Amino acid sequence: MKFKTNSPLPGFAPALFYTVLYLALIVVIPLSGLFFKTAELGLAQFWDLISGERVTHALTISFTTALAAAIINAVFGLIIAWVFVRYDFTGKGLFDAIIDLPFALPTAVAGIALSTLYSGSGWLGSLFNKIGIEIAFTPLGIVIALTFIGLPFVVRSVEPVLRELEKELEEAAASLGANRWQTLYHVVFPTLLPALLSGFALAFARGVGEYGSVIFIAGNVPYVSEVAPLLIVIKLEEYDYAGATAVAAAMLLISFVLLILINALQAWSQRYKSSSQNVSTTPVQEHLA
Amino acid sequence: MNSSQRINITKASSHSAISEGKLTRWLLSTVALSFLILFLLLPLFTVFAEALRNGWQTYGKALSDADGLAAIKLTVIASAIAVPLNLIFGVAAAWSIAKFEFRGKVLLSTLIDLPFSVSPVVTGLIFVLMFGASGWAAPLLNNTDIQILFALPGIVLVSIFVTFPFIARELIPLMQEQGSDEEQAALSLGANGWQTFWHVTLPNIRWGLLYGVLLCNARAMGEFGAVSVVSGHIRGETNTLPLHVEILYNEYNFAAAFAMASILACLALVTLAIKAVLEKTHGLKH
Repeated sequence: MKFKTNSPLPGFAPALFYTVLYLALIVVIPLSGLFFKTAELGLAQFWDLISGERVTHALTISFTTALAAAIINAVFGLIIAWVFVRYDFTGKGLFDAIIDLPFALPTAVAGIALSTLYSGSGWLGSLFNKIGIEIAFTPLGIVIALTFIGLPFVVRSVEPVLRELEKELEEAAASLGANRWQTLYHVVFPTLLPALLSGFALAFARGVGEYGSVIFIAGNVPYVSEVAPLLIVIKLEEYDYAGATAVAAAMLLISFVLLILINALQAWSQRYKSSSQNVSTTPVQEHLA
Repeated sequence: MNSSQRINITKASSHSAISEGKLTRWLLSTVALSFLILFLLLPLFTVFAEALRNGWQTYGKALSDADGLAAIKLTVIASAIAVPLNLIFGVAAAWSIAKFEFRGKVLLSTLIDLPFSVSPVVTGLIFVLMFGASGWAAPLLNNTDIQILFALPGIVLVSIFVTFPFIARELIPLMQEQGSDEEQAALSLGANGWQTFWHVTLPNIRWGLLYGVLLCNARAMGEFGAVSVVSGHIRGETNTLPLHVEILYNEYNFAAAFAMASILACLALVTLAIKAVLEKTHGLKH
């Protein structure tokens, strides 16, 4: 097998060389330092560093709040994608542009805005206080911030699949006697599920590592509302590089395992699909297959 | 008569069977828009409301503060280095991945996307592990005056890392879709490689390129977690705009914090507006 198929276009060697060099210098070499540092710790010391109560609490808080936010986003993101693809209403273009706001707005700006909005004297915080719910400086605040950050991942994952969904399938289901809810549940939803899951996974992964939008609204009380990324920062400020590395490695490891599980779920949800229907296959993957 | 009636019934029932009832449509739309207003518009509105709470004069004074101006300057300089570097990389990566077939292409694409899945704080951490006091790459700098951490080079490095995939991600699918027929035609007519790139490829990808640069720039200027770890927070020296927002906020100087934040919010709004225009006029869809 040859490394490269023939092409009349020039510039392959320098472009690829530069790409690989830059990738190695900026991403691969620095990132591998993290793995070497973790390996250096050894299993016993690694376990020692991450089994402390403060670390396990921080990891638990990060993963549970990210999970809760990703679930909220999966539900509302699906509804939003549905409404934007299927219905028409005034101001649709404007709202559509706003969906990407969390991608464009710096996280620190989102953080201070959400913190002000949901604090006891804020517009929304004071409303919730009246019914006895405190949001700012509790894990609930973290969920709010992560919901803000993750929403576009779900909407933008589901939208293209929904747009390409053939109406004929729904018509066929209806003509065979299915009512609207049966059609949605048995025909539409299974088709959207893989995209919904990948949006969910993206929102979840982003949420676990999120820092800027969270630290202002979380209050950062150890054991209660301190997230894992903040603990890494605190350990770095104390020059505890081993501790910081261990928390980061644990975070990456757990994320990795969960993403593999979500991938498996995604493969299972695609079990009825023939390869020709598989919209998530890119031309490259098809070419290589 | 009988048959036409039947047709009408089938039509009506098939119509209601492939779309929801009026009430359901109204309900779903209301839920979707309320969620967007509550979670996205309200925080955005808060930024500007809080910035202008004490009037335009306070707002103007906050913007012309010396430390604030230093933060703006540092942010602009860091992006002005990081974005062009990622632009060159993005074009080189897209050229090799989209126009050629070679082994290991999927692996290369995956590695390019890797920075998307690394937490900003962990990004900061890996460069501290590299260039910190006992960092593994620190001996390389022993005999030089170059300081990376708590200085501009560190801020630039993490900015490049977090925005690494943006431009490449934008260009690869675009260039794959366009194929290489036009380039091959130009070459067969006697153009050389650079001429083909400048006169054929670049005009075809310019809007995608512009959008990628905008996204990359917005993220580079707004990056908080990674920069926070490597910057050292030296006021007036290594504070970028988002870090300055944090400091002002933690000092309870809310009006000034939100005034600074409003600059970043405007940058975000301009990015979104240009994106919307590009999608409408040039059919870019993401």
